[in-house]
Order: sequence, then structure tokens, then C-alpha cells
Amino acid sequence: MKGSAALKMGQEPAPGVIVMKPTDFRALTPKLLVKEGDIVKAGTPVFIDKFKPEVCFTSPCSGTVESIVRGEKRKLLEIRIRQDEAIDYIQFERVKPASLNREGVVNALLESGLWPSIIQRPYGIVANPADEPRAIFVSAFDSAPLAPEYEFTLKEDVDYIQAGVDAISHLTKGKIYFCVKGAYTASSIFAKVSGVELISVEGAHPAGNVGVQINNIAPIGKGEVVWTINPYFLAAIGKLFVNGVYDVSRIIAVAGDQATDPCYIKVLPGVCVESLGAAFKMGGSVFGQDVATRVVSGNALTGKSVGTEGSLGFYDFQFTALLEGDYYESFGWCKPFRPSKFSIQRSYFSWLTPKKKYAMDTNLNGGERAFVVTGLYEKVVPMDIYPVYLIKAILAGDIDKMEQLGIYEVVEEDLALCEYICPSKVNVQQIVAKGIETMIKEMA
Amino acid sequence: MKGLINLVNNLRPSFEKGGKFGFLHSTFDAFDSFLFVPKTTTCCGAHVRDCMDLKRVMTVVIVALAPAMLFGMWNVGEQHSLAFGLDMTFWGKFWYGFLRVLPLIIVSYVVGLSIEFASAQIRGHEVNEGFLVSGMIIPMIMPVDVPLWILAVAVAFAVIFGKEIFGGTGMNIWNPALLARAFVFFSYPTKISGDTVWVKGVAKAANGELVDGFSGATALSQAGSGIAPDAIHDVAGGSLDTMRMIIGDMAGSIGETSVIAIALGAIILIYTGIASWKIMVSGVVGALAIGALANIGAEPGTFAAFPPYYHLIMGGFAFGIVFMATDPVTSAQTECGKWIYGFLVGAMAVIIRLWNPGYPEGMMLSILLMNTFAPLIDHFVVSRNIKRRMKRTVVK
Repeated sequence: MKGSAALKMGQEPAPGVIVMKPTDFRALTPKLLVKEGDIVKAGTPVFIDKFKPEVCFTSPCSGTVESIVRGEKRKLLEIRIRQDEAIDYIQFERVKPASLNREGVVNALLESGLWPSIIQRPYGIVANPADEPRAIFVSAFDSAPLAPEYEFTLKEDVDYIQAGVDAISHLTKGKIYFCVKGAYTASSIFAKVSGVELISVEGAHPAGNVGVQINNIAPIGKGEVVWTINPYFLAAIGKLFVNGVYDVSRIIAVAGDQATDPCYIKVLPGVCVESLGAAFKMGGSVFGQDVATRVVSGNALTGKSVGTEGSLGFYDFQFTALLEGDYYESFGWCKPFRPSKFSIQRSYFSWLTPKKKYAMDTNLNGGERAFVVTGLYEKVVPMDIYPVYLIKAILAGDIDKMEQLGIYEVVEEDLALCEYICPSKVNVQQIVAKGIETMIKEMA
Repeated sequence: MKGLINLVNNLRPSFEKGGKFGFLHSTFDAFDSFLFVPKTTTCCGAHVRDCMDLKRVMTVVIVALAPAMLFGMWNVGEQHSLAFGLDMTFWGKFWYGFLRVLPLIIVSYVVGLSIEFASAQIRGHEVNEGFLVSGMIIPMIMPVDVPLWILAVAVAFAVIFGKEIFGGTGMNIWNPALLARAFVFFSYPTKISGDTVWVKGVAKAANGELVDGFSGATALSQAGSGIAPDAIHDVAGGSLDTMRMIIGDMAGSIGETSVIAIALGAIILIYTGIASWKIMVSGVVGALAIGALANIGAEPGTFAAFPPYYHLIMGGFAFGIVFMATDPVTSAQTECGKWIYGFLVGAMAVIIRLWNPGYPEGMMLSILLMNTFAPLIDHFVVSRNIKRRMKRTVVK
């Protein structure tokens, strides 16, 4: 894809509005703790999990709660916080993780609001502090299109990451698996992280997906729980213990061919697209038809379309700006050559130009159909799973089959490429999300 | 092109729900998306999508069918000129065949697509592209002399009972094109077997019009009747060696005779990854294996004693294994299942050919049979995966 971020830093946005979205967290029932006009500091609890009140979600910045946005049935959608000029942190205890026990680490993470950075598999939900996971997996690279290069974005944070690893090592009796991109194993900034099982992973996307790595290293069986955490959050945990502050600021990639100048910017989660100002082009033209820009929080395969008024998700480390695809293309499907379009299959000729980068847009490139072509999904799911059968089991609502076919091992991102290549244009990720929702309900 | 886009945009509201022609929504949509890649965008999940869609898949299959179709047209003229002792040029033969085959294609598409459109309309779905391929394949597996009304009935049967009652493309159990052939085969056996249907005009030929020594039997039915491989002859009584069989210069259904033309199609399908090479390879292996087994202890002069490779070049084996056994909807869907399925298709085809007194060709029935069993094969493959996964479960 066109528009990968150059390895340079762009201008940090001026303080504006930071948005916290309870909808970033799957299956969460939030309970709001603040009201409009309240003053918060970085680290002040803003909402908690209604059913696990010890899990709290804290403000990443200091400022004033400007508005609270609710949707249908008063569902809590957004808490918008107007930032102060400088960030005022709540001071937490500064301790050496090594001197703590499990309880101490758990409490520190819960109190500071960093606990939600730990994700549980199955289901991809915020981990339950009462569980003891079999192992913890960290994927130290992102293989998705236009994803940030961790070796660049985290190069200053290695010591914090080490402190973070030391802290979470109290959480499991099992190993911490740390997956590094194959080519980098020796020279990687992560190479000297100790206390972990360093694993070199090679290959194209989805090799960087932690779910794929788990399936290939030590698959999850029924009844097992493993946790995953992103190295960005390990750094934040490190900062908590070393500096005593809740600092989740992160260097994100601003990418996509609609990004004015693809580069890296240091921001807080929840930063508004507006605050980034002229980082995105507003629209363009395809085949002589005007189309708008879609801003995606996350990557082009799994991210959320947030629009020009949206904000960065808690678990996202990039913005991707794409052209909308609402244009018509005459006889597109039967043109022998469509040089501007990319296909990983050979019935178009893009395989002749493997190095070429494509400006992809959000056109569906076809209509939705029943499953017809077979053997394609398997090619892009390097897991011991039959994706088509799993998807059909979910569609049929067959819980036993879902369990047998591996619903515990996948989240949406693991099957995102199926959705990308599907010639029948099936919305695979939506189906997987539905399956996980069903399982959570059934198993509760 | 801009004008066309505007025209379609202007027409669109009257075809939308509640519009004047709202009941024709599916039809309008089909033509609309035929003219333009629609402007539908992704709603969620993967924001970018591959530019491969089902229309493209079907288009590639049609392209892959083209060599066999074009050869078939020439061959219709060739066989006709042999049978009647005519002296025709290359283009003369092609033109003759073209004029005879075109009505079959038109009837097949008109009947099939009308039913497709009507049922999409009834369901309120978008029209599916599946019939673009079936509609092309059906004439290719018919004898050229098949009456048009029978073809029309067969297509209707195949589309309605083979596809639509199961829910349309992607839901069917049996390959619709083969169902059309099976329908003719069992309902009007005299129109699709015997010695007179394979060459255009023979059935209605007056006495003495045909060349001396004419015999309309296909190579396969000659083999089935028990003669030595080198005694097989063409329609004019001349010798029919393996080279001519591979080229396809022999009597048979329109598209099935030329191994070379079919191989071209196979290359396109395998290269684009649209059809499974696993099914093709294992099918050929299956046929050769049974053919070789049959050789053991076979009496000379019987079909069983034929060298195994004859099974690949006679009759509809090549066409069936490349274009019909690989239909993704009706074949096995797991990769491992495809090996098993393909092997059994090839094996069953030869078994039916060798050990059944009624009719010489086994490919059609073999594929239909394995279509029936494909879900079972997949079931076993998937259960094996489930068992392996359950084994590693620690907590019960």
C-alpha cells in the first residue's frame, strides 16, 4: 500500500480534546465516575467496569470533562476531556517491580488504569485480575499494512519495557513469550530484553498478529487463559513503576495515501483527528468522480473508521487515511488490466509488479455473495484452524462446533485477511465478533 | 462513459424500493453492476478489499473455457465434413460449427439467466454470476444434435432443481451443468447416446448421403464394445490414433474432445488459482491407478486391457476433471479433502466405464456421485482436525 510513514517525527499536536471511548473495550459495561465540568488529572479514574469495579479506566491527560456523549438507550459512547496546557500527573508509588509480589503488581496496575492494557485470550477482552494465565504473549512487531515500525517508535523506551516485563512476570507462573520479527532478532532493540522467551517470527502479515503467534507456539485449548500485551503498554507499565505516572503517550504512525506527510507523531490515546490539523488530505478524485477521505484509527484491515471528527482508539497505534471508494468504474471486473488496483490473486496482473505500492480505497470491489470459492481463506490464516468452517459454525450459532473449531483462539484481526481477499465479500470480522459475543454470553 | 453513469444514476431511483419499478430491483442491480463496479464501500472491518470478485472469477473461467469451445466449433464442422465426405476449408468448418453451436449457447443462456433473474427477484437478492459459467458449460457437454427444446428443458431443470431450490449459487449440492446433462441422459437417452447424435446432420441424413464406412460411434463406445486400441476408427472409418484423440479430432460432445484445448484452460485455471490443481492431479492419478489395476489379468481385446492413459483422452474425462470436478461449490472444500475427492472422481469414472454394461461414459455419474459425498469427505477431514485440537486440551 502507498503512504507508509517515513521514519521521522512530525509536530506534536497542541493540547485539545482527548476522547475516552468505553466502546474500545469489548463486552465492557462501563460505570461512569465523573460528570461534566469535573477536573481530572492524568490517572484519575473516569469509568470502571460495572461487574469488576476494581478495573478502572483512567484519564490519560489532565483537564476538564467537557462533555459526555451517549447513544441509544443512553449507552456511554464518549467522554470528552478538554486538555490543560501541561499534563498534571497523579503521583503513584515508585517501586522496583522486583521488590513486589503478584498482588502488589496487580494493585498498582489496577489503581493506575493500566490494567486494561492486558488482554485475555480467548475472546480478546480485558483480562480478569483474578485469573492466572498460562503464559503471556507479546508481539513486538506489527505486520499489518502501513503499521508503525516498533523498532523506531519504541527505541527510547527499551528500559521502560524491561521494567514492564519485570512487573508482569509476577502475573504468571508460565513464560512470557516475546515475538520479534525474524530479520531483526540480533540487532533488534528488543534483543536485550531479559526474563522473556525471545522468539523470532518470520513472514508477511498476519505473522505479527499475536493470535497467530500463540497458535503456532502454544495453542489455547478449552478452559485455558493466556494474556497478551502490546510492547507500547509494557513501556507504559515501566513508566508507572519507574516514574510513578500514568503515561500512555505513544508515537503513532500517520499513514495512508491520504496522509499529507506520512510520518510519526507523539500523541495520547483519544487524540482527535481535528487536533492533528492538516495531517490528512480531505478527499480526492477517482475516475473523474469526487470522493472523500476516510480516517481509520488502526490499520486498514482491522481499524475503526472514525471520520474527521473521531479520535484514536485505546489499543491503536496508527491512523490510516484512505480515499473513500464510492465511485463507479465501468466494466471494472472484466477489464484485463486494472493497473491501479491490487489483487493478491493472479487473475489480475498485479503479481507482475510485486514492489509497486498501491493507493487502495474503500471500494468493496464487488457485490456480496454466498461462499463460492474455496481454499482461499486457508492461504491467509497460518493457524491450525479451518476458517470457513468456523465462520459457518458462527453463522449457524452452533456453540459446540465453534468451540471445537477454534473460536477461543481467534479475534477479528486474525481473520481480517480472509475478509480482505474474499471474492464473495463476506464481512468475516463482523461474523467473528458476533461469535465471540455469543460465546461470552453462553459461558458467563 | 460519464453520460452512461448519469443515465444509470437517473434511472436508479425508480428501481429502488418503493420506486415505480421497485419490483425489478434485482434486475436493475444486475445490469448496473455489470456496467460498473458498484460504489459500495466497506462498512467496517477490513476497509480495503481485494479487487477480485465473483464476476472476475467467473470471467476467468469463461476465458479458460474458450479454447475448448472454439475447438469444439471447428470440430463440429470437421466431423460433419468427414461424415459427409465434404471438402471444407478450416474456416468453413469453423463457421459451420459456429452456426450450429451458437443456438445452443443462446438457448442455454436465455433460459438459465431468465430463471436466475426471476428467482433473484423473488428472493430480493442480487443476481448471482454462477450461471455465466454453467450456461457456457452446458452446451459444451451436449451432443451437437441435441434438440433445442430438450436443451431448454434440461437447463430449466438444472437451474431450478439443481440450484435455486437449495438457495442459489453457492448452496447447491450437485454441479448444475452436469445435472442438465444427467437430465437429458436419463429422460431422452436416445438424444444423447448411440451412434447418430454426435455428428451434426447424421440423424436426418438421407440414404447414401454419408460416406461409405460411416460409423458415428465415439471412441469411448467403440472401446466399450470390445475392440483393440488400434482398431478404433473415426466417423469415416479411418484409423483414430492417440495423437488425433489428444488433438480432439473425433466425435463427442461439443467441448469435450480436445485434450490440448482443455489443457490450455486448465493452465489458466491453475495459474490464476481459481480451480484446484489438487483435484485435477489426484483425479488423473485415480483414473490411471484404476486403469492400471484393470490391466492386471484383463483379457486382450476387452476395454479393461486398454492402456490406462486412454481413459484420459477418450470421452469426457479431461473436460470433467478440469472444469466440472473442480467446481468449488460442489467439490470438497478442505485441502486434504480435495486430494481424496479428486482421486475418487477419477477412480469412479474409470470403474463405471469398465464395469457397467449399459453405457460407456462414467465421468458424469462419477462427478455427481462424488459431489454427493464431498460434504462427507470434508466432515471427516474437519473432525480429524477437531480431534487433534481436543487432544491438546488440558482442562476438560
